[in-house]
Amino acid sequence: MTLKIAVCVKYVPDATGDRGFADDLTTDREAVDGLLSELDEYAVEQALQISEEADDAEVTVVTVGPDDARDALRKALSMGADKAVHVNDESIHGSDVFATSAILAKALEKTGFDLVVCGMASTDGAMGVLPALLAERLNLPQVTLLSEVSVEDGTVKGRRDGDAATELLQAPLPAVVSVTDQSGEARYPSFKGIMAAKKKPVEELDLDDLDVDADEVGLGGSWTLVDSATPRPPRTQGTIVTDEGDGGKQLAAFLAAQKFI
Amino acid sequence: MAEILVLVDHADGAVRKPALELLTIARRIGEPSAVVLGAGEAAASIAATAGEYGAATVYVADGTEFAEQLVVPKVDALTQIAEEKGAAAVLVTSSGEGKEIAARVALRLGSGLITDAVELEAGENGPVATQSVFAASYQVRSTVSKGVPVVTVKPNSAAPEAAPAAGAVENVSVAFTGNAAKVVSRTPRVSTGRPELTESAIVVSGGRGVGAAEGFGVVEKLADSLGAAVGASRAAVDAGWYPHANQVGQTGKQVSPQLYVAAGISGAIQHRAGMQTSKTIVAVNKDPEAPIFDLVDYGVVGDLFEVLPQLTDEIGTR
Repeated sequence: MTLKIAVCVKYVPDATGDRGFADDLTTDREAVDGLLSELDEYAVEQALQISEEADDAEVTVVTVGPDDARDALRKALSMGADKAVHVNDESIHGSDVFATSAILAKALEKTGFDLVVCGMASTDGAMGVLPALLAERLNLPQVTLLSEVSVEDGTVKGRRDGDAATELLQAPLPAVVSVTDQSGEARYPSFKGIMAAKKKPVEELDLDDLDVDADEVGLGGSWTLVDSATPRPPRTQGTIVTDEGDGGKQLAAFLAAQKFI
Repeated sequence: MAEILVLVDHADGAVRKPALELLTIARRIGEPSAVVLGAGEAAASIAATAGEYGAATVYVADGTEFAEQLVVPKVDALTQIAEEKGAAAVLVTSSGEGKEIAARVALRLGSGLITDAVELEAGENGPVATQSVFAASYQVRSTVSKGVPVVTVKPNSAAPEAAPAAGAVENVSVAFTGNAAKVVSRTPRVSTGRPELTESAIVVSGGRGVGAAEGFGVVEKLADSLGAAVGASRAAVDAGWYPHANQVGQTGKQVSPQLYVAAGISGAIQHRAGMQTSKTIVAVNKDPEAPIFDLVDYGVVGDLFEVLPQLTDEIGTR
């Protein structure tokens, strides 16, 4: 039986760019070039590794996003995913994490899966809660924030390194997994992979295809309200001294004046 | 007065400091009640501490489920208590697990969620949260527009202030829903004796300039003289010089201490994202052009292996 793996990915503004907000206080997706969220590359990598270990597996990469989000899918396909699903609808603009998770859950149900793999967080919204919300919506176990993951005999196992403890987790499939940046370096697409990706199928879906009501998503369907977004005042540079043998003492004097010592 | 539920994070039978910060913050927007889950025998002393910091009521639920299953039992308990008591808001510490719990509780309550707040205050339309986003380059103020606000607050967002309240314990029997991953084993992190990175008032971090794993000796010595936690840049962690649990940055921990000391760290955006909101920043770096110097209140251009030991000695004499 084919092990069906679905990887959820997000197209985000490049984190090294000068990111900001649009007039409607949503993330500005025009000013800075977009790409596949770095943290989702780890998810694609682990999905591919799991599929390589399995006798027969298929990796589908799924995204919710505007036209340009196709680039993120292409990147995942060129890394080795088999096919892609792109949920794209004007009404989605401004959706919060609840709306996004609702749309993704429907897309996953329509696509079919045994295992859902996500990154630990997006690099733009950075909430890190979408995998947990998918598990809640799909009524499946969440096996999240894993730095190690494997699938064997219909069971997913993983290691979760938390603040206070390291936990070994397991759950029967189907399940929702998220992996951290400690799960293993993501592979670079090969030239062959890039060429092959151009021929791989990308299914386009809109909200009608998923029976999602447009009123429940987008800015209007959001359960939070952003009042303001203001650039943080740049930190003003303080005193810089060059060490001429007493740099440590000078620093001590500064820390003492600030009452840290 | 509006009842604000605070999920009290605990470890080794003791309340963790961010929970005391949450109780302090909760008093700005209503009357705090604490929720203590899966604490076993320690529940009574945890409840007493919560009372000292302003909890009028402490809801206590116990059961092996809390230790044996991931996240879901806590979601069951917190949702049930929030519904039964008609809570006006729910506050949870911003940690990996805390955010996952908060999100599922919010979805079940049909409520909006704000994560990683660094400030929370009362407003006309409910609590107003401030978040620091896009590598701390923007401050965003938001409110929850639907349901009972569920907010996760980052550690170090307030100084804990005692405010003795009744701390009356009310035992709660939770209807568990299941469908959770099984926790097969749990190995507590070996304590370094230093404060927790995200909770510490002072953090001393080392980067590429430290040069080797052994180089972190001078960083640790300075940290210990200040009672500080030790952090590391991604470059140092990727090189295998220091554990990932100590990584400060976009993909590591985001810290916001009173004092941040960056030693041998250039200050790439990925690192700044994790420390830019620190109150006071000082840096020691050989390279006068290092971008970290744009952020500092005080910077020393020099060799960290000279400057740090001298600073440590100087602190020892005070």
